[in-house]
Amino acid sequence: MSLAGTLLRSRAVAALTSPHGVDRYLELVNPMWAAREVRARIVDVTMEVELPSAPPVATLTFQPTSTWAGHKPGQYVQLSVDLPGGRRLTRCFTLSSAGSRPGERFTITLRANPDGEVSRYLADRARVGEIVHLSQAAGDFVLPDRVPDHVLFITGGSGITPAMSMLRSLLLRTHRGRVTFLHYAQSPDHQIFRRELDQIRTAGYGVDLHLVYPEQGGRNFSAMELERLVPGFRDVDTWLCGPAGLVEAVLPAYGVSTGSTTGTGSTTGTGSTTGTGSTTGTGSTTGSKLRVEYFKPPAASGVAGGRLSFERSATAADNTGASILEQAEAAGLTPKFGCRMGICFSCAVTKSEGTVRNVLTGETSSRPDEEIRICVSTPEGDCSVDL
Amino acid sequence: MTHTITLTPDQLEAFGAEMDAIRQRIVADLGEEDAAYIRKVVKCQRGFEAAGRALFYLPVLGWAPAVACLSISKILDNMEIGHNVMHGQYDWMGDPGLNSRMFDWDTMAPAENWKHGHNYMHHTFTNIVGKDRDVGYGILRMDEDQEWRPYYLGNPLYAFLLMMLFEWGVAVHDLEFDELVAGRRTWAENREIGARIWKKVKKQTFKDYVLFPALTGPLFPLTFAGNVVANLVRNVWTFNIIFCGHFPAGVATFSVEQCEEESRGQWYYRQLLGSANITGSKLFHVMSGNLSHQIEHHLFPDIPARRYPEVAQEVRAICEKYDLQYNTGPLRKQLGSVFAKIVRLSLPTRRPKDTSVPVPETGAVVAA
Repeated sequence: MSLAGTLLRSRAVAALTSPHGVDRYLELVNPMWAAREVRARIVDVTMEVELPSAPPVATLTFQPTSTWAGHKPGQYVQLSVDLPGGRRLTRCFTLSSAGSRPGERFTITLRANPDGEVSRYLADRARVGEIVHLSQAAGDFVLPDRVPDHVLFITGGSGITPAMSMLRSLLLRTHRGRVTFLHYAQSPDHQIFRRELDQIRTAGYGVDLHLVYPEQGGRNFSAMELERLVPGFRDVDTWLCGPAGLVEAVLPAYGVSTGSTTGTGSTTGTGSTTGTGSTTGTGSTTGSKLRVEYFKPPAASGVAGGRLSFERSATAADNTGASILEQAEAAGLTPKFGCRMGICFSCAVTKSEGTVRNVLTGETSSRPDEEIRICVSTPEGDCSVDL
Repeated sequence: MTHTITLTPDQLEAFGAEMDAIRQRIVADLGEEDAAYIRKVVKCQRGFEAAGRALFYLPVLGWAPAVACLSISKILDNMEIGHNVMHGQYDWMGDPGLNSRMFDWDTMAPAENWKHGHNYMHHTFTNIVGKDRDVGYGILRMDEDQEWRPYYLGNPLYAFLLMMLFEWGVAVHDLEFDELVAGRRTWAENREIGARIWKKVKKQTFKDYVLFPALTGPLFPLTFAGNVVANLVRNVWTFNIIFCGHFPAGVATFSVEQCEEESRGQWYYRQLLGSANITGSKLFHVMSGNLSHQIEHHLFPDIPARRYPEVAQEVRAICEKYDLQYNTGPLRKQLGSVFAKIVRLSLPTRRPKDTSVPVPETGAVVAA
């Protein structure tokens, strides 16, 4: 770290800039100066998919502030953007470039989700030179430090982004082992990273690439099909990422029942992201060989009934079965939130009493005064939260 | 003196609906201009602050401008930015730097404590004698319904001391010493609040009275004195603006019984008649954090303050329609009236001999 950085993060500077903090001053001089916060300037916007019939997909390149700590391929970042109308919104996006070191440029590839204000803005309207606000990269859906001899990626749609980040890193590192890449997309025209994948296929990197298009008769990734493409696939280290439909179709092939993705072995509570498109998803690792990342929001399908009390606001509402975050918003409250998919803990609040169901795991919990993520918790009957 | 409500429940409901309509219209209209405005004010404030700190390095010649810049910075920070941001007026922007949960201001009072005492206690129970701790702040006698005690002979002195030490007064306000003395509050309840005050006071004191003076080397005493004066200027200014908000003659107070099961309309009514405005220039409104529009602020505490002047015209029209008092006047008039009250209430209130005389049925409360 530079001398200036060390100085700016010193206790003396903190005391001088109290109570606002040094970043509140630096950002006014130059938005690319920061002591702790991470910001980035958009330096390039490239369209990946432009079809009249489908939402566009864009890759944005960012120059972060020197405070960016770098990322491991497969990780995600919370990105806040000032939308027209003076409102800043935050969503999670997967990084698509190979791993970055501190202060290095990186890319995010995203699909303009028709319902997603942030992804739509970034794909359609964001211009080179704009500043966005970032968290540090996070997430456990990453390659291990020691890469296994055979790596299998199974992805669908925009779920390709974390796998692409990993693949790019493997190619840069001149990985000597085998890489098998199975991807399911609607059609060649909808294929993200199409040209780069073509190059990878023909350049003799030794990547076994299978792009499957149902329009051209491509078959679903059933156990039989997987066995045909990757014999002994259950023993291969696998990274599975895509919409719920794809994930739920593949899980049984690995002997994992759907809906119980907390699983065995190396479970991780918070490992995942979203990326392109729907900006939702939940992660978890199942078993020792299969790592999963959903790209689709877990539908908060709780049970209606009972009263949901917001203690601090002294209001209450009938429990509709939606997530507590959604119910709070419907009641006119504005709780803090980040990813809205159970990753970032921005929305964590204390539940003082009642039972809640975690929509990611299906687990219920009735402990008093426990901290819950309200974006992925639904009340079961009467429930009180500190909102 | 307790006010008698002049509107019928039906009228109150209609009155409340008109206020709700104003609120909804403004909330729906919030956008880029409001965001740009508050960011511009923040930029100005930080500019004045940096200039103030820097000018102390210029011996003698720089001192007065330095104090002026720092005073302006602290006033902007506390009033148009701090007070309003911590009301959640800009939470809709989603900017952590302007969020009521994150923001803290350049004064001794910790944000967390103040938000409870002010946003909740004062804004909910405005001018209910016995419930709103801002009626006299537990120190002063500002209403006839506060029973006179010999202690209140010192009313003008306490007010003067509070003015000079205002930031300290605001900081310890939440400890509710008067309640503690009365035995209605325990020390245990104060532990957390006290710890927050101690932490903030240490930071503020160290910054203004040790670190910045020390950084100017041999000019330490001058910088130290300059920082004392800047804090004092801010104290005097904010005290005067704030005292004009609820204490000028004609402002109504209410009893606890009156406000039991209060309707939304009656809440608006109480906010309107329990507050007073100050007329002045645009710059004056900015420097007062738009608390010169105390009436509008109390009706719509979470609407960006820059909107109050535009809202004021509509509120006035509604007041005329319902024949309600709209208490406003220039600073000297409102201040004169406040100080007269401070002095007058230091002595026991002479009650009219015949207590059966009905309270006049006018919108304006007759000042005793």
